Amino acid sequence: MKARVLVVDDDPALAEMLTIVLRGEGFDTAVVADGSRALPALRELKPDLVLLDLMLPGMNGIDVCKAIRAESGVPIVMLTAKSDTVDIVLGLESGADDYVVKPFKPKELVARVRARLRRTEAEPAESLAIGDLTIDVPGHEVTREGKAIPLTPLEFDLLVALARKPRQVFTREVLLEQVWGYRHAADTRLVNVHVQRLRSKVEKDPEHPEVVLTVRGVGYKAGPP
Amino acid sequence: MKQQILAYVSRVTRLARRVGAYGRGRVVAFGVLWRQSLQFRVTVSTLALSSAVVFVLGMVLQNQIVTRLTETKRQAAIAQTQQVVATAESELIGISDQDALPDRLQNVLKKITSSSSADQGSGASAAGAYEPVLTAGGISSTDSAGAIWKVPEGLQRFAEANLVATEIHTIDDNGSRTTYLIVGAPVTSTGRPIQLYLLFPMTAEQNTLSTVQNTLLVGGLVLLVLLAGISNLVTRQVVRPVRSAAAAAARFAGGELDERLPVTGEDDLSRLAMSYNEMAASIQRQIRQLEEFGTLQRRFTSDVSHELRTPLTTVRMAADVLHASREQFPAGLARSTELLVDELDRFEALLGDLLEISRLDAGVEELAAEMIDVAPVARRAVEQVRVIAGNAGSPIELDLPEEETPAEIDARRVERILRNLLANAVDHSEGGPVRLTLAANEHAVAITVRDYGVGLRPGEADLVFNRFWRADPSRNRRTGGTGLGLAISHEDARLHGGQLEAWGAPGHGACFRLTLPRRQNEPFEDSPLPLVPPDGEAVNGQASIGSGADYSIPVEELRKEDVG
Repeated sequence: MKARVLVVDDDPALAEMLTIVLRGEGFDTAVVADGSRALPALRELKPDLVLLDLMLPGMNGIDVCKAIRAESGVPIVMLTAKSDTVDIVLGLESGADDYVVKPFKPKELVARVRARLRRTEAEPAESLAIGDLTIDVPGHEVTREGKAIPLTPLEFDLLVALARKPRQVFTREVLLEQVWGYRHAADTRLVNVHVQRLRSKVEKDPEHPEVVLTVRGVGYKAGPP
Repeated sequence: MKQQILAYVSRVTRLARRVGAYGRGRVVAFGVLWRQSLQFRVTVSTLALSSAVVFVLGMVLQNQIVTRLTETKRQAAIAQTQQVVATAESELIGISDQDALPDRLQNVLKKITSSSSADQGSGASAAGAYEPVLTAGGISSTDSAGAIWKVPEGLQRFAEANLVATEIHTIDDNGSRTTYLIVGAPVTSTGRPIQLYLLFPMTAEQNTLSTVQNTLLVGGLVLLVLLAGISNLVTRQVVRPVRSAAAAAARFAGGELDERLPVTGEDDLSRLAMSYNEMAASIQRQIRQLEEFGTLQRRFTSDVSHELRTPLTTVRMAADVLHASREQFPAGLARSTELLVDELDRFEALLGDLLEISRLDAGVEELAAEMIDVAPVARRAVEQVRVIAGNAGSPIELDLPEEETPAEIDARRVERILRNLLANAVDHSEGGPVRLTLAANEHAVAITVRDYGVGLRPGEADLVFNRFWRADPSRNRRTGGTGLGLAISHEDARLHGGQLEAWGAPGHGACFRLTLPRRQNEPFEDSPLPLVPPDGEAVNGQASIGSGADYSIPVEELRKEDVG
């Protein structure tokens, strides 16, 4: 079955080009040119991934991102024309999983999309423990004392990566490779922002984390079960 | 003994030296206060000038009083003397040389003395009490009555010459000194010439004079103190607003643009405050305007960035799609596709650099500095140019210190600077080695990038940081630099509070040195590494050293406000 990508972009030429490239790579695509129409399209089409331009008429890309996140954990990859630190961090904080800076090469984009769609197929029944949480890996479910905690696929992947090797300290670069699929060093802010988002969901007190611990100067590691 | 003397001498010298040092210290402190405090200067000047005036005034006054006192006394004394002379003449009528002159003189003297005391009683004598002396010539003469030794010889000579004369003379009488006004007058007699001297003690006048002197002295001192106080007070009235204006100006310069001076009244100082405030408002307006320009520039940059990048993305993707299937095209078309993709790469790099430098110019770039080890940043930069260095056949040598060299730097920018320097070095090394050296001292870290290629001609070291400047336009560009790399690096270094400098000599290669402070806002004095490499000292004659021009925005000349 083909993965479906929803492209939210106001530039018709770019949208068409994206469609051509993604179709060429074997994806199914749908295009929405207006930010305010992104949400209805999401509900109707149930895409596997959203490709979202940050500068949009109608509704700001950041707001669209927040609105999508409010009702779905679907992977979001931002297209941004700015390499401004503020804009990227703002986008990530409002729920985007990853970003591509324009102008990008088709291969780069496809690699980002594939990395976010990559599902570990036919995983063996596996249950992991991290902090006081239990992770049901094939069921994509995280529970604390029987109560489920909703996580986006990316946050889930991040948590599983840490939980699989409970004693190892992960540097940001290693996490970028394992969770985001970057081959060479990329923007470590991705890791920082998503760890913060993850903590806000799984920690009892995000100020004093017990599940995802910071190892100063190195990176992160799993909290003891 | 000798040792004791020596010890004493050395002690004295030491003491003298200490006193000298103390004196010098005082003088220096005085000099500093004199230079720095207007109030002090005015007070001291007023004190000095008024001291002189008071002194002169006091002297003149005293002189006047003394003259008047003695003149009055003299006139009264002369009148008194004439009276006494008349008495004496009447007593001495009919005296002859043969008579026992001394006895007669004694008698006359007694008469005079008794009449003098009678006068005293009635208070008729304006000249006061006196001591009479009668003599019949010569100090040696026994023919005299009264204390003839008290009369000075000069006066006697006048009297003997039949002249009335006066003299003020101080006589030491067994330790008690008394000043007399002595009047000498000839007494007409039938026999030998007789002179009469009256000695008027000036004790009363002296008392008066010393009282006057004391009064003048105390009055003068009080006047001086008052003058010093007044001048101090008056200067303070002027100096205080000036000082507060200076403090306000300093705060304004420190960035508190809302700082204004209070305006009270309509005097000169309030006019100063008013024009200062106008100036401050004008500067504030201009700064606001510049800030607005900055904001506009930032928005423009961001808009241009977006507007240019979106179509560029489409073109780029289209080109890549074509490029991916270029094998199916005829040769000309395939080559065109390749050129298209390559030039798009350059276009992208150029656009990126242009946007970067316009943001640096607008001053909207911020330093994301954190305390990190510099060596890994250098290693990453080297990794990134490894491929082009390999293509050019230039080995890159690394000389990093063993211990960590943490510094507060923006890793992204420093990496970019080093990448630019390395790419530039590889480009000009002609296949020779490129050497990166890192060193640190207490306040700064320095990185030099040295190549052994064509080098720089005299005067070129400053030009290398110019935008789009190329040493030799005909040279082929291996790394395809945009021509903005070094200019951006220069600005990046400046953003860190650091320096980027260049050295080069024709045929001896070039050396670029980046020096960054280890902590932001803590300036360094010297770089841990020399800019001129040790092997480059010999060619100093033809070498070139430069650190680039300053591109900071000049503030428009301030409009002059009419002070009125």
